[in-house]
Amino acid sequence: MQSIEPASLGRMIQVLKVKGYCVVGPTVRDGAVVYAEIGGLDDLPRGVGDEQSAASYRLRDREDGAFFGYTLGPVSWKKFLVPPRATLFSAIRNGRGFDVAAGNAADPPQKMAFLGVRPCELRALELLDKVFLGDDVVDPLYKANRDNSIVIAVNCSTSGGTCFCASMGTGPSAHGGYDIVLTEVTGPDRHYLTVDADTARGEAIVQELQAPSATPAEIEEAEAAVARAADMQGTRLDIEGLPRALKDNFDHPHWDEVARRCLACANCTMVCPTCFCSTVEDVTDLTGSRAERRRRWDSCFSSEFTRVAGGNIRPSVRARYRQWLTHKLEHWVDQFGAMGCVGCGRCITWCPAGIDITAEAAAIRNNGAQV
Amino acid sequence: MHPENLTEILRQHPFLANLSAHHMEVLIGCASNAHFAEGEYLIREGEVANTFYLIRTGRVALETDVNARGTIRIQTAGPGEVLGWSWLISPFRWHFNGVAVADVRAVALDGECLRTKCENDHDFGYEMLKRLSQVMERRLEATRLQLFDLYGNSTGVNT
Amino acid sequence: MTHEAVPAVARTADPMVVQPVSLKKIVWETDDTFTLHIDMTELGGAFRFQPGQFNMLYVFGRGEAAISISSDPAHSRTLAHTIHRVGSVTTGLAQMKKGDMIGLRGPFGSSWPIGGARGKDVCIVAGGIGLAPLRPVMYSLLRERTAFGRIILLYGARSPLDLLYRVELENWGKTHNVEVLVTVDRGDSSWKGHIGVVTNLFSYVTLDPRATVAFVCGPETMMKYTLDELDRRGLPEQQVFLSMERNMKCAVGFCGHCQYGPEFICKDGPVFPLTRVRHLLEKKEL
Repeated sequence: MQSIEPASLGRMIQVLKVKGYCVVGPTVRDGAVVYAEIGGLDDLPRGVGDEQSAASYRLRDREDGAFFGYTLGPVSWKKFLVPPRATLFSAIRNGRGFDVAAGNAADPPQKMAFLGVRPCELRALELLDKVFLGDDVVDPLYKANRDNSIVIAVNCSTSGGTCFCASMGTGPSAHGGYDIVLTEVTGPDRHYLTVDADTARGEAIVQELQAPSATPAEIEEAEAAVARAADMQGTRLDIEGLPRALKDNFDHPHWDEVARRCLACANCTMVCPTCFCSTVEDVTDLTGSRAERRRRWDSCFSSEFTRVAGGNIRPSVRARYRQWLTHKLEHWVDQFGAMGCVGCGRCITWCPAGIDITAEAAAIRNNGAQV
Repeated sequence: MHPENLTEILRQHPFLANLSAHHMEVLIGCASNAHFAEGEYLIREGEVANTFYLIRTGRVALETDVNARGTIRIQTAGPGEVLGWSWLISPFRWHFNGVAVADVRAVALDGECLRTKCENDHDFGYEMLKRLSQVMERRLEATRLQLFDLYGNSTGVNT
Repeated sequence: MTHEAVPAVARTADPMVVQPVSLKKIVWETDDTFTLHIDMTELGGAFRFQPGQFNMLYVFGRGEAAISISSDPAHSRTLAHTIHRVGSVTTGLAQMKKGDMIGLRGPFGSSWPIGGARGKDVCIVAGGIGLAPLRPVMYSLLRERTAFGRIILLYGARSPLDLLYRVELENWGKTHNVEVLVTVDRGDSSWKGHIGVVTNLFSYVTLDPRATVAFVCGPETMMKYTLDELDRRGLPEQQVFLSMERNMKCAVGFCGHCQYGPEFICKDGPVFPLTRVRHLLEKKEL
């Protein structure tokens, strides 16, 4: 493990760019920290923190000049691995038939460096791998993007009001799933980051920084900062026995209670780092000679989601919210061997009605009593 | 036909399964054999309902005339099933036509005879009613299913 | 007995990309239901499927529909799909002519456990177009007729004019020792067969509950009533299999649309052992 000064972080970004990576990291846009392509150190949200609670997100200034002093914004990494819109194939009319040409999966691969991946988000990547890199079937576009991306994680030395990764066991410190992991320390005397490479390609980047080894004191200080973050979390989810409790409460009256507040706007599914549902649209150009199949993000909250010939399987908002929550916390376990929730809290912050997955799950489990 | 043979025939009909010997004796006094060739009517809409048929072989279609739409067949009864309960329920008139669509052999139970015996022997009456209400319940369930018009638009795996 | 493991699927590298195939023949089975026969020789005869599996059929630029395969799995040169014309894509398919091309992906999903039915009686219960995914079962059973005990087919349709595969139904009964019982919801004066729902047909057959395997496919309500009837007749749940239907977009578990509680109908189904989905069947809006 090495330690670097803030300037070396800029150097790391340049090294990545020289190696051909498109560096995607946190930057401030429209009053929020989002993940987008960055050119250098100046694009990072230096001295930017955030305040989050149910249905509320505000940036605030930090006096310590931290680069990673925010928690999470509305954008998750799935945007870069499973693009919101993609072309799956195109087809050109040819007599009474047509010829098929590959879509985005065949585009020349773009190397991407994900800078600032939080521990809960590392877990989300692991979960998306379970969906798209299955034993039987692989999504080629996801695989190409994943294979061509390098992951630079950042341990959390701050937590927000909607964070609950500590109770999910997914943070605030990273345990694998990255190429490089950083921990930022903003002490009264000194601002530095510890750097630890976990893969050969991560090592190759770190080596170029020619950084000194971190001292035991630096490591200890970094670990203490992350430990404090765990205590700062605004909420928690008790997952012990939760899948069973949800299975047993399919007709719980609390689903109706949530449905009265839920707008079925699908925000939670858009900001969720593991929601993977999509739909397929087949279109033609105006001449009808060229067709495309497009995939775009979809949501189990949309009214078309479960339409079948002769009706809709889930016409009520109650059933759609229940599908979303039970999928995350119950059925994911059956389907992929792990809960589909990582405790990032985005769905709580970005729900316009302030619906809180931790509170709703607890209410169902505690027989409707609000906690 | 000898009454003994008729008893045997009745015993084998599912509607009378496990009927006590005593009740069988009560019943048999109302029973006779019946045969209908294909196309013959067993019952006619509006006529006095005075028979209860236990079908042994063949098939009877219940049908009604729906003015301009012609004759609609809504249900069939076959071997092991029964036809008609209007004999039990006032005003004792048939609501449908019942036509043999395949040669029918049946046991015909006289409705008035049965009603009298049910009145005189309530144990017997209750036994008949229990069995008949089971038939009615199943018919009602089947009719509900028919109402759903299940095959109208749902499609197996297809969309 | 579990449902049959599905062999590795012959797919293009990208499971979402269709292969163009041309149509050999379009046969109208009823007023609104037709069978597309697809020439598979262009794909090198490599296409293999198990009874109960489905394909995604694509109409150029219009969209795609999940359609179960209804032909004989032993015939790899031609593939048949019997399709109910209900929506935009199926209407597009209905307008196809011999020689036109459509796109195909597949086969997908689980299959009926025919191997596990060896030595047993097989009771097939089909409603409406639910007979289509069971026709490959009939072909497979009849190919080795002696390997199975009684074969009983109970089939319900809306009206006599809506009956699928009429010639085959008759043939199966007459020459292959299959007990074929057909019923319709509404008859006219020319119909001399059974009238009433498919569950009524159970009155005319005696099942040996220990030695019978049941395959059920049709609208969900029809299947629920059928399951009740099988239960009434003492058939253990482990011997009952059914095919489910949901909205499907990808057919490989990526799009999330067909989720049915913990199951993805597209890859865990469409054929399920009853024991696996029993607890889901009563749940409304699942």
